[in-house]
Amino acid sequence: MGSIPTTVKHCLSYEQLFEDYPWLRRWLQEEKEIVPTGVKIQLIDMLSATGLSVVEATSFVSSKWVPQMADHTQVLQGIQRAPLTQYPVLTPNMQGFQDAVAAGATEVAVFGSASETFSRQNINCSIDESMLRFQEVINAAKERQIPVRGYVSCALGCPHEGRIEPSKVAEVAKRLYEMGCYEISLGDTIGVGTPGSMFKMLQMVKKDVPIDALAVHCHDTYGQALPNILTALQMGVSVVDSAVAGLGGCPYAPGSTGNVSTEDVLYMLHGMGIQTNVDLNKVIEAGDFICNALGRRTNSKVGQAKSGTL
Amino acid sequence: MAAAMRLVNKKIFTPGMGQHYLAFTTAAQVYSAGIKASQALPETVKIVEVGPRDGLQNEKVVVPTEAKINLINMLSESGLTVIEATSFVSPKWVPQMGDQVEVMKGIKKKPGVSYPVLTPNLRGFQAAVKAGASEVAIFGAASELFSKKNINCSVEESLQRFDEVMKAAKEAAVPVRGYVSCVVGCPYEGKVAPEKVAHVAKRLYSMGCYEISLGDTIGVGTPGSMTEMLEAVSREVPVSALAVHCHDTYGQALANILVALQMGISVVDSSVAGLGGCPYAQGASGNVATEDVVYMLHGLGIKTATCITTRRDGQVTKMSCRAQRRT
Repeated sequence: MGSIPTTVKHCLSYEQLFEDYPWLRRWLQEEKEIVPTGVKIQLIDMLSATGLSVVEATSFVSSKWVPQMADHTQVLQGIQRAPLTQYPVLTPNMQGFQDAVAAGATEVAVFGSASETFSRQNINCSIDESMLRFQEVINAAKERQIPVRGYVSCALGCPHEGRIEPSKVAEVAKRLYEMGCYEISLGDTIGVGTPGSMFKMLQMVKKDVPIDALAVHCHDTYGQALPNILTALQMGVSVVDSAVAGLGGCPYAPGSTGNVSTEDVLYMLHGMGIQTNVDLNKVIEAGDFICNALGRRTNSKVGQAKSGTL
Repeated sequence: MAAAMRLVNKKIFTPGMGQHYLAFTTAAQVYSAGIKASQALPETVKIVEVGPRDGLQNEKVVVPTEAKINLINMLSESGLTVIEATSFVSPKWVPQMGDQVEVMKGIKKKPGVSYPVLTPNLRGFQAAVKAGASEVAIFGAASELFSKKNINCSVEESLQRFDEVMKAAKEAAVPVRGYVSCVVGCPYEGKVAPEKVAHVAKRLYSMGCYEISLGDTIGVGTPGSMTEMLEAVSREVPVSALAVHCHDTYGQALANILVALQMGISVVDSSVAGLGGCPYAQGASGNVATEDVVYMLHGLGIKTATCITTRRDGQVTKMSCRAQRRT
């Protein structure tokens, strides 16, 4: 089984506009307390009511390694699934996949890395080895007609290796796509990307993976998430990952922000006349709810402005 | 500016799946964002550092004079070429700027760096020049209500008031920068018509301002409204004389600055450490942070004169330029 996939520790969000469990990261990185199952379920239900079409519900890592995830089955079975919303779950390996299916999962996700060092440090195997593991999951998913989303972490930089070549990102993205992932989410894991590096990376990746199968997962550690997302949109990407209230810090820079907040992304998209069918006010409410539950302030600028009343 | 959007239901999975996607048509892709990602960007961008004035003016705490002088001196050493030092409005209205003369006289002016100051009227201008100012700035609003609420006169009346300042500045050979506030939204009026912004910008430019800084005062702008406004203004004022002053109240500042760059604008106002909240939304952020702007610009391969960054202990310091510059 190996060590806990780092994918559980961070970057577990995607949206389409997908939604994530900010508390997942929070627990693993900052919080010792386990958020009650009821709170998680309520959050997901609130997010379902916003019009979001994909809400990443939980993660099927072994509860032996990540006790905070122990309630993944109860969560998946406890939520009120909106008819037009998908609830994908992370499945790092076959065991996780089987548990997820038994719990009623109808979509799963696997995590690759564009950085060898990151892969070895975090999941204790090379990129190649991780791909073999994922192939198993994807094959099993295919048999059950369960779609699989692929993530590529460190797409714009690695905390260990520094700069990552766009060609390497393209190579990993292409492998995941050809293995059968329907969509590849390219993650700026440590938020170091800028519109410059985003442009170069996407230019390379879209040669190997169709643009409409690509998503961007931007972190806001250096405040660059929205211009990076804008650059991606300008290049034809139309799937964006984000996290309500922007919760989830950066494990590599304590005190820094991590995920871009859904509210800020929506504000930009709506301001550009892009239709999302998502109710921003309801997302803000969901953000308020989870921030109260966690006892902290929202990381969303829109959320902060609204609470100050502008 | 509405994009021609299509909501595409891609049934590429089993019927139970039915993913709903946002899709851009090719036309929308260009039109909605305004410009393609590969648009040529300026090679160099001038940063106008407004922290000591716009930033500190909007902070609750009144910062001691010595601290302000130290801040400006540190900023001068970071490579910045324009640092807005203080404001010559009456301390009765803006107590945070009450030490305007001491600050102006106390700073170490670095050769090659400009230290503009705000001068709302002729009296302020005269006081500024007496204190050693060699560049000034005047403010107009694109919103009538905002003008009335803030300086108690209409937009037209304020522009006439500035006529006096312009004349005096010309005589003294003092360059004047013009600001337009509320360029995409007003806390009282809501949406502001781009044509109104263009009108005020054109007036200030015709009056003799060498540069017009377009301010998203309450940070409500997005790449959509920003593009619309800049298109209107750039029909009346040369792009080379335009600057953007984006607030980050809704987190949109960097995205807005990016579209401005894509439209040819090469002057950006920002505030060190993002100093200065939003007077209209308690707890909300205000000015965009210079560090974040510079990070983006350098990541785009755009040269700036500064390598400013802030260490964890809050000290402003110069980073290794080699690490930041791209060829």
